[in-house]
Amino acid sequence: MKLELVDAKKWITLFVEKLESNQTILNELDTAIGDGDHGTNMKRGAEAVTAALEKKEPETLADLYKTTAFAMIQKVGGASGPLYGTAFLDMSKAVKNDDLELSDLIQIGTDGLKRRGESDTGMKTMIDVWQPVSDALKADKFDQSVIDAALENVKGLVATKGRASYLEEKSKGHIDPGAQSSAYLFESLIEVLGE
Amino acid sequence: MKKIINNVEDIVPEMISGLVRTNADLVKQIDGTTAVVRNDPKFKENKQVGIVSGGGSGHEPLHAGYVGDGMLSAAVAGEVFTSPTPDQIYEAITAVDQGQGVLLIVKNYSGDVMNFDMAKEMAEADDIEIKTIVVDDDISVKNSEFTQGKRGVAGTALVEKIVGAAARSGMNLADLATLGQKVIDNIKTIGIALHAATVPAVGHPGFELGDDEIEYGIGIHNERGYAVEKIRPAKELANELIEKILKEFSDQSGDFAILVNGMGGTPLMEQYIFANDVLNELAAKKVKVSFSKVGNLVTSLDMQGISLTIMKADADWIKYLKEPVTTIAW
Repeated sequence: MKLELVDAKKWITLFVEKLESNQTILNELDTAIGDGDHGTNMKRGAEAVTAALEKKEPETLADLYKTTAFAMIQKVGGASGPLYGTAFLDMSKAVKNDDLELSDLIQIGTDGLKRRGESDTGMKTMIDVWQPVSDALKADKFDQSVIDAALENVKGLVATKGRASYLEEKSKGHIDPGAQSSAYLFESLIEVLGE
Repeated sequence: MKKIINNVEDIVPEMISGLVRTNADLVKQIDGTTAVVRNDPKFKENKQVGIVSGGGSGHEPLHAGYVGDGMLSAAVAGEVFTSPTPDQIYEAITAVDQGQGVLLIVKNYSGDVMNFDMAKEMAEADDIEIKTIVVDDDISVKNSEFTQGKRGVAGTALVEKIVGAAARSGMNLADLATLGQKVIDNIKTIGIALHAATVPAVGHPGFELGDDEIEYGIGIHNERGYAVEKIRPAKELANELIEKILKEFSDQSGDFAILVNGMGGTPLMEQYIFANDVLNELAAKKVKVSFSKVGNLVTSLDMQGISLTIMKADADWIKYLKEPVTTIAW
């Protein structure tokens, strides 16, 4: 399965809408185990993505992902900016290959997160949503239940990366805010694929 | 929340604007950024390795206050308690590179590390040689592979002073990175809070302490510490922190430097009282203090509290610490 430009644009637009409407939820999740600004930072990024896409309509998938990456890198700040930015930038480079399957695309983004954050699954981060989604796409079993299960798994993990890691055992029982914003990204993807 | 501000979202640009306009002979703002760069005549005359630092705002005078001859070449300010973005860091790097490369001084927070890393990749694509040192002097946090590791706090100011002075003396990039890492390995800090900081966008203190309570081991972004206890006389607080820090040094002979750092809301009067007690206790323990500094160097907005930094130092480092600089705030 491949994602065409028109659908990819819808995907990013839906993601941006979810970030804007869920700012408070993301801030609250971050207040519990971080510094409380993930929603504010992602909303700033979302507005930047919208503005960049309106300024210049992307003509290729590579353009779309690169524009998204640059807006995130320049406006989000914190750890989430470089993480989302790297994922989309790596996806932008890879998508120039026409044969790239959607599952490969998401795996490339996931690998970008691992490289930038020097992290892997099981550390209570965004990767704990991205990797299961990538695996499910490969197995052609991607639906909402994959995201729900990933978030439930994240909740039970002890953070070993990022600011939440200082809380050690106390980080258990909370959803990682980056995992939640990643869940919005892939819920948007389901909405696009479902059409 | 009572703060002397306009709009919350304008805090950083308005602060930087005020800072550069009141210190125009020392620093200028890099167009389109909230980064500041040296503006003194010596900057162009004496070619050296560029030294760039930066991080979230709210720790003033760190880092912009330390831009000048003998310290930083440029500093990049992010949103309050949020790392600056790579494009801004990249602008600062290109503004200070004089062909001898650029050293980045980063505090150990995942956001700062990643954003500076991306900026490094961008600058390397322009064939600018970059090295990075990461400050992690806060010993209240375990240095564990299961966490981000120790945080960078007040000791950062000492790193910037020593490395900045060495860069001015003509040291090359590789040696500066080695020196910086060695300095970092010998700096230990621990902080206490009497009252948490209020982040403007949040509007209330990050945590609550009783009227007679203090918290040991706090970070500079309202990170909680390891114990909440009743306030005690300054002398006992000094002894408690010294005991914790000295455990980190196996060899207590030779030169040491100390930094008593106010967190933003604690009067200098109290900082000097605490420093007096620190010097008494170190003298009793036969620890030789060859350099001392007291003041609000690395703050946490309006937090009331203090941190103590102790560094085991080579004779050269003491010399670098004592050299005069032309900055806004050292």
